[in-house]
Parts: sequence; C-alpha cells; structure tokens
Amino acid sequence: MEGRIVSAARDTWSKQSAISNPVLRWALYLGVLVYVVWVLGTLPIDWARVSDGLGRAARIFNGAFPPNFDRSELMIDGLLESLKIAILATTGGVILSIPIAFMAARNVAPTPIFYFGRGLIIVARSFHPVIVAIIFVKAVGFGPFAGVLTLIVYSIGFVAKMLAERIEEIDFGQVEAMRAAGAPYFSTLFYAIFPQIMPRQIGLTIYQLDSNLRASAVVGIVGAGGIGSTLANAFGRYDYDFALAITMVIVGVILISEGVSGQIRKRI
Amino acid sequence: MLKITNLVKRYGSGEPVLKDLDLTIEGESVTSIIGSSGAGKSTLLRCINRLVEPTSGSINLNGTELTELRGRQLRAARRKIGMVFQGFNLVDRLTVMENVQSGRLGYISTWAAITRRYPKEDIRRAFELMERVGIAHYADTRADALSGGERQRVGVVRALMQQPEILLADEPTASLDPKTSEQIMGLLRDLAGELKLPVMINIHNVTEAKQYTDRIVGMRYGRIIFDDVPDKLDQEAMDRIYSGSPAADRADEWKAAS
Repeated sequence: MEGRIVSAARDTWSKQSAISNPVLRWALYLGVLVYVVWVLGTLPIDWARVSDGLGRAARIFNGAFPPNFDRSELMIDGLLESLKIAILATTGGVILSIPIAFMAARNVAPTPIFYFGRGLIIVARSFHPVIVAIIFVKAVGFGPFAGVLTLIVYSIGFVAKMLAERIEEIDFGQVEAMRAAGAPYFSTLFYAIFPQIMPRQIGLTIYQLDSNLRASAVVGIVGAGGIGSTLANAFGRYDYDFALAITMVIVGVILISEGVSGQIRKRI
Repeated sequence: MLKITNLVKRYGSGEPVLKDLDLTIEGESVTSIIGSSGAGKSTLLRCINRLVEPTSGSINLNGTELTELRGRQLRAARRKIGMVFQGFNLVDRLTVMENVQSGRLGYISTWAAITRRYPKEDIRRAFELMERVGIAHYADTRADALSGGERQRVGVVRALMQQPEILLADEPTASLDPKTSEQIMGLLRDLAGELKLPVMINIHNVTEAKQYTDRIVGMRYGRIIFDDVPDKLDQEAMDRIYSGSPAADRADEWKAAS
C-alpha cells in the first residue's frame, strides 16, 4: 500500500517580496505614488495647445498626401550620400574598433591598457549619435564629413564593445599553444585569436553597416549630410508631400538593407 | 638535459603546489609522470616552458637557465620546448597546415605568418612529419573537421615543427578513446627514438605509462615519491602514489608541523 504521510506541513506558499521589510516596502510604494502625482501636477501640460496641435498635425498630413516624387533627383542624391556616409563610417569605425577591442579585453590586455580601452568605449557610447553629430557639425561644419565622423564614433561604441566581449570568451588553450611555441605577440594574435573572433567580426560589420545607414538618416536632420538633411530641408520649406516621399524611400531602403544583411549573416 | 632543482610553485598565499622538487631528464628517454589530480603534474610541465611562473628554484635545459628569461629570450627558449595538450588546443578555424606551421611562429616574422608565406624547408618538414603520422592528406582540411586521434596527431606535429630539444605532453591521451590513445602513445615513443628527443608525459593511465615509457615518476601532493623503471612500480608504490587525498596530506603535514 502506498504510505501517504499526512502531516502538519504547511500547504501554503507565496513568493517573497523583493523588499522583505513591510514598512520600507509600503513607504517606497507611497513615495512613487506621491512623486507621480506631483510630476503630473507640476508639468505644464496645456490642453488648449494640444487640441490646436491636433489641427496642425491634420494639416501636415493633408499636405503630405499624395507623396510628391517630382524632385526624386534630389532624393537620390541624398540617398547616395547617406550610403557613402554609412560605408565610410563603417569602414573607419570597424578598423578603429579592432585595436580598441583588443585593448578593452581583460584577458589579452595589461590592466592599465584595459582601463584605457574600456574608457574609450564608454566615452563613445555615452552620447547619442545626434548629440555627437551636433558637436561635429559645430566642429567641421555642415555636411557629410560631420556625419562620417559621428558614425565612426557610434560604430566604435558598439563594434568595439561587442568584439571585446567576444575576445574575452575565446578558448585560451589555442593562445597557450602559440605561446608554448615561442610565438611573438602579434603572431599569436593573428593565429590564435583572429580565427576565433572572425565570424563575430564579420557579423558585427554587416550589422553596423545596416545600423549606420539608419543612423545616417537621423544625424542628417541636425546637419550632418545625407538623406536626413534633405528631409530636414523639405520640412523647413513646408514641402510635406516631398517629406513623405523621402520618408517612404528611407523606410524602403532600410527594409532592403535589413533583408540583405540578414541573408548574409545567415550564410556566414 | 633538463635539470630541475628546488622548484617551488605557490599560487597566491596558500600551500605550494610544487614543494622543493628535483628532477633530471636525460638522453632520449620517455618519462611518464603519474599521480592523482592535484598532485602538481600539470603545474610541473607548465613551469618548464613558463606558461606557469615558478615561485623559486631552477630549471635548466641544456645549459640555459629558464626561470630567469624574459621577453625575446624566453620566446627563443620556448621554441626549443615542444608541448602537446590534453584538449589538443588546435585553432579550429584554421587548416591543418596552418596549425602545423603555427609551431614555427617563434621562428618566422609576424608578416610572414599573417601572409602565410612559410619558408620552403618548413613546408617540406611539415609534409614529412604529417606523412610520418598519417595526416598529410588533411593539409587543407580545417582542424575542426578531424577526429580526436587525428587532431592529436596535428598537435604532435605542431610541437615537432619547433625542432624542440624536449617534448612535453600534458595528458595527451586523456581526451581519446583507448585504441586511439594507444596509437598516440606508441607514436610518441617511436618519435622520441627517431628524433632522439626526450619526452615527458603526464598521464593518468598507469598501464599505458608502464607499456610505453622508460621511466615512471610518481608525484603526490607536490613531491616526487617514486622515480624508477616501470617494472619497479608495484602495488605498494601505486598505493603510496594514489591513496589518500591532497586534503588528508595537508592535515598530516599540519600535524607534523605543530
């Protein structure tokens, strides 16, 4: 017979709250509630302006339809410029990312260099590309060069960080084997580390090209060249129908580039 | 001749892993080092080519004091010490030829290495050695496509490409099946004879150690407690080498010290 033990064991259980002290927990809940109410009370939300704005938005959308492709020459120029910016920035960014990634990988870099490399990446990552673009537009003037510089910084922030993490995950036995053969530093790098990080490196480069193309449209709005500048100009001149045409083309191009890069990444 | 005297290795501030170790390897003999896990076998081998930094003591290979070397001199000395690893440590994404030639990295310039412009005599030697161990037809195959035994052959050829004065093998057969394992052991023994090369093998398989090597060194918790020809390794010696645990040894020493 099955010996079922009936005991006075507890039959209820509930997940423990993240904050076990009830006083602290309720104080926190209350604090958040009070803050939200206070924020709502103090933010200047002018409902009259919101309703006015709705009308303006409707006018913009009315003006935008149907999209106007008459000046497609301007649009193609902008697009090609964006493409150039993206390709240049990806090339430059990736080339710079590789040494920075090695500097920022704890297992291959001496400690002071590691901190320097990590520092570079943190600086590159701490500002949104639009802010970097504003700085570069001030520094080197309007135009695609500012866009290229901006996206190089943006690429370093992403590619170097991901690559450094990949380097930290390598199988160190392969490095050990080269060391045991008396291989000098750079030979070890090229034989034991590059082959291991190569697939990730290629994947990251393709992803970054795709990402830079998207970002080049955004940084163009603050004056860093490309299709974004064309779009900003169209808005400035109230050519909403042209602006809509540009927007549609940007969406189309990004869809195509996503599809292409997805296909390539699947095959490597 | 490899002469190790008073070798001590301590990780951090704990008990030393190697305690005042003396060992001399002469001629073209194959020496196996046995002992339970944690006895310090691997640390001993890695101290010789300085993948692990010895804490104190001396390691002398054919007149070169290895413990003092730095930078370029250390790399030049390492070229003379071949190493075969338990996990093979091949670069999976490179071809067999590239892996084999990586044993020459200490001799050729970084530029020649990157562009794969290997000297003619290196390529000839690579083919000779690969032919000898039966992997020549894999020259253009990627290393990860090979079976375990084939991969270890690549590992052995890579080490021999260094034209070493001594070959260290750190449990070269532990990742292989019994049959392949015997083939590799036989290969190491034969190559030692053919190339007049002393070989040191860390090994867990005592039967193989007895069968394929000329001398057995038994280690227990950082000390050598047996060093003789295989025939002298009897049950009593085996018990001394493998019984107990490092923790028990530590406790004994603690008692002795207090």
